[in-house]
Amino acid sequence: MADQDLLETDQPLLVADTLSKSYGRIAACRDVSFSLYPGEVLAIVGESGSGKSTLLQLLSGQLAASGGQVSYRMRDGITRDLAALGEAERRLLFRTDWGFVHQDPAQGLRMAVSAGANVGERLMAVGWNNYSRIRESASDWLTRVEIDVGRIDDAPRTYSGGMRQRLQIARNLVTGPRLVFMDEPTGGLDVSVQARLLDLLRNLVAELHLAVVIVTHDLAVARLLSHRVMVMKGGRVIETGLTDQVLDDPREPYTQLLVSSILPP
Amino acid sequence: MTAMIEVTDANKTFTMHLQGGIALPVVRGVTFHVEPGECVVLSGPSGAGKSSILKMIFGNYRCDSGRIGIRHRGEVIDLATAEPRQILNVRRATIGYVSQFLRAVPRVATIDVVAEPLIVNGVTRADAQARAGELLHRLNIPERLWQLPPATFSGGEQQRVNIARGFISDLPILLLDEPTASLDAANRAVVVELVAEKKHQGVAMVAIVHDDEIRHLIADRIVDVTSFAAAA
Repeated sequence: MADQDLLETDQPLLVADTLSKSYGRIAACRDVSFSLYPGEVLAIVGESGSGKSTLLQLLSGQLAASGGQVSYRMRDGITRDLAALGEAERRLLFRTDWGFVHQDPAQGLRMAVSAGANVGERLMAVGWNNYSRIRESASDWLTRVEIDVGRIDDAPRTYSGGMRQRLQIARNLVTGPRLVFMDEPTGGLDVSVQARLLDLLRNLVAELHLAVVIVTHDLAVARLLSHRVMVMKGGRVIETGLTDQVLDDPREPYTQLLVSSILPP
Repeated sequence: MTAMIEVTDANKTFTMHLQGGIALPVVRGVTFHVEPGECVVLSGPSGAGKSSILKMIFGNYRCDSGRIGIRHRGEVIDLATAEPRQILNVRRATIGYVSQFLRAVPRVATIDVVAEPLIVNGVTRADAQARAGELLHRLNIPERLWQLPPATFSGGEQQRVNIARGFISDLPILLLDEPTASLDAANRAVVVELVAEKKHQGVAMVAIVHDDEIRHLIADRIVDVTSFAAAA
């Protein structure tokens, strides 16, 4: 998708510099470096065990790196090393300027409280205290992710898988984040439900000018959503570039294997 | 340079790692330029590398060596070495590509599929849709289909939607890959008209056209791709 205003003069939002993670002798992630700009969608593809989920956790500060660093340009314009942030600062970042969409919505939602509370909770965490404004904002977000507002008082455990995933997205976007991490967001869904979710995500990402790092093993998802792709294998980035370039003209043997393994539509 | 496109000594070889690493040379020493308001038609038999050259100019295929100079917002950018975000900017503001096939996005109405390139460049939705409607009209897509996603349309209808989407923009470069392939005579004539209008507006075009009659009608110059044949 080449449909966003990617200003050439922008400063990067997120920079990974020779990021590594090893568990004893096993290197889960080796020397990963890249810059992500505002409004840019980067897909990390590769098969299970390639290190893509580890990388996502390193980038989002959920896992400490064995080497290298991640820096982020905060809302005040100052770029900070994530490892140097205090716990409170990091939590605030997670609740405001970042989102994290898990493959399993149960991990990103509170399943027993109402949908409205799930969305409103993030607003309360950043200091909103006017109940009717919170509810209004929650209703607005449910509508934007195509959930019937009549279901606002129902708990997500009464929702279908697709609805849960859309609710998780609403919960993440309500605070106006600039960067959203996504871990296989369409993973457990039926194909028809996937198509709807992808279309929704594609529109929201463009409209809100979101920067996204999305981990997926589905190259069709990467093609539809991302501007750039990084292909991982054995913890290393083996190929990277413009999404359609990497998918239509893959260079590395492993990328050629991935691309050739897709069944034609 | 005044040229909009200046390709210099571009080379492309595919290495097929899954077939024992066979090298498949595609083109070698591709050199030509396109001025504003000019339509250059690439000629040569099937497999000569015409589509590959078009894809190299769009930044879709990488070049092994050589230069793809594109005039973008008054400056020359070499797409063979540009960063992904520069290529995306060039595609948004400078180069349009009309392929033979529509890559339809599920659930988006035909009128919006066509209007999108204008909207992302800042035209209001209403104006963009009005221009999309005009083009769909000219390309004989009945109005009752405009609100439907094109995924269920016939091949010819999808191609016309794709042409409308490609021609709606005000981009200074257009790449046309068989724009008339499965169209009837009336719609082919519309495409010839659209190309003439673009020339008049100073748009630089590179086209692949198999139909001799259409080629004769739109080509200002013909570049014979067989001269870039890569010796295997």
